[in-house]
Amino acid sequence: MLLHGKAARLIAQAVFLVLFLPLFALPFLVIVVASFATDWNGALPSGLTVQHYREALGGDAAHALTVSLLTAVAASLVALLVGAWAALAAHRLRRAGRGVMDTLFTLPVAVPSVVVGLSLLVAFSKPPLLLNGTPGIVITAHAVLVTAFAYQSVSAALARLDPACEQIAASLGASPARVLWRIRIPLLLPSLTGAAGLGFALSMGELSATMMLYPPSWTPLPVSIFGATDRGSLFTGAALAVVLMATTLLVLLAVSRVRNRASYR
Amino acid sequence: MSVRFDRVSVSYGSQTVLDAFDLAVEPGEVMALLGPSGSGKTTALRAVAGFVTPASGRVLIGGRDVTALPPHKRGIGMVVQSYALFPHLRVDANVAFGLKARRTPRHETVERVARALEMTGMAAYARRYPRELSGGQQQRVAIARALAIRPEVLLLDEPLSALDAALRSAMLTELARLHRELPDLTILYVTHDQIEALTLADRVAVMDSARLKECGTPLDLHRSPGSEFTASFVGGANLLPVSVSGGTVRFADAELQLVAPGLTDADTATLCVRPHRVGLGDGPNALRGTLAEVQWRGATHRLVVDVAGHRVAADVTELRDPPAPGTPVTVHFAPQDAVLLTSGPVREVARG
Repeated sequence: MLLHGKAARLIAQAVFLVLFLPLFALPFLVIVVASFATDWNGALPSGLTVQHYREALGGDAAHALTVSLLTAVAASLVALLVGAWAALAAHRLRRAGRGVMDTLFTLPVAVPSVVVGLSLLVAFSKPPLLLNGTPGIVITAHAVLVTAFAYQSVSAALARLDPACEQIAASLGASPARVLWRIRIPLLLPSLTGAAGLGFALSMGELSATMMLYPPSWTPLPVSIFGATDRGSLFTGAALAVVLMATTLLVLLAVSRVRNRASYR
Repeated sequence: MSVRFDRVSVSYGSQTVLDAFDLAVEPGEVMALLGPSGSGKTTALRAVAGFVTPASGRVLIGGRDVTALPPHKRGIGMVVQSYALFPHLRVDANVAFGLKARRTPRHETVERVARALEMTGMAAYARRYPRELSGGQQQRVAIARALAIRPEVLLLDEPLSALDAALRSAMLTELARLHRELPDLTILYVTHDQIEALTLADRVAVMDSARLKECGTPLDLHRSPGSEFTASFVGGANLLPVSVSGGTVRFADAELQLVAPGLTDADTATLCVRPHRVGLGDGPNALRGTLAEVQWRGATHRLVVDVAGHRVAADVTELRDPPAPGTPVTVHFAPQDAVLLTSGPVREVARG
């Protein structure tokens, strides 16, 4: 605690609430309230209903949620695999090589996702790699965008890893593969699950690159939300947004439970 | 199994951290590599383990050239300063790790893990995680883990330096006992602590700035060091600049009596006298000066006497009435307690 004294602490907490509530909590609350409303003309909404949810959980919207979940799981797994692999490989390189790898894997974060979307569209619209019009192109885009985070989180964890553990393991007769699977990966597990969770959350909310790429048969939930609000069905959009939010949070919660177990063994 | 360094050089970039290192460790011997930090002692150890690749030279274990062999094929036990226990594995799994890596049959693994834990007194902690253990207990597990694979060579890299003084001396006794129980085990012990080296080692290799300075039994190095560095690093030493001419050795105004065969004339040589061999009062080789400092050390008093601008330290049994600083005092030492060193001028060196 940096602040001593009761008054000072209370003031700090009050300032935090004043800043936090309007900026972070209020918009979410508004979405939740709006998803149950039929009209919102005055200061407060009116007409309590669950109609939007009935729509959101049936038909197209349910399909969109499934598409989003499948895309996010696939993209975050691919990102985890590629990102962790690249980070492990970069860890063995000398400083110059590692710098190149770091830059390369920061690129998808630095480049606007619209540009990533467009470049994938141009690259994969012609044979031999014809991905355009398939779910594959959406998953690829998400994986590209999310791999950067997986790479960074794993390489940061690798830098903190005590090399003595691996060396001792080797001196005890463990082959490099055994050291990787029995020592390195278990020790990296917290950061790996963290990377997977972050990748999943980012992919669930991705819109700008998806908009350029999604085929009609593979419409993720953010696109549906955008479509609904674009049509003027604000409250339906709000209900869909709540579903998206809740699903993402549930998955993240599950991941963090696994993570806690992994880090406190 | 014997360990031999054959002109091993290791460098990181342009910096040479081990320079043409030659050393032969006999089977079953405890060899301490003693030196200040940066002297190359840990690098030498890592070259045996295979964690560094020598730029030139060879490392031989049991007569076999292992220079190009990866660490996991060398069959060496190692304990490092940080212990490096695997934090995600329980104590028994830590100890079993090497056995599993070697595909030891299951029942034998269980048995050998139990024996290794028993040997180090950790049998009761088999189901704990490393973070649930104290430093001394982690140390024991690290030793059990290294011994479980029954290595013929055990490398210890500053194994006691993370422990407090009381625990360190207890572990030192333990290590000595372990070696009595495993007489065939060759041990290379890296330390900067001369007490550890003198207590445990059959021979001590003194290292400084990437080079081997001297190698000998603790007693030899202590009684008749070959260089000023060894003299000051292995047990404290008074290093007095003396001149030799016509068979007589002079320090300041005093002519000294030494048991030194074949004196060659030299304008400057160094005389090494251990502080605990210097006595208070008149006697042979009496040096007169003024008392500069008195330190009470419990069982002993350290007197620092200023003799013609040079400081002479004397460790004497605790005095009932120690003289006050500033008073004139006389100290002396027996001729056989002084060693004449003729290698170069006095340098500023770390004192162990």
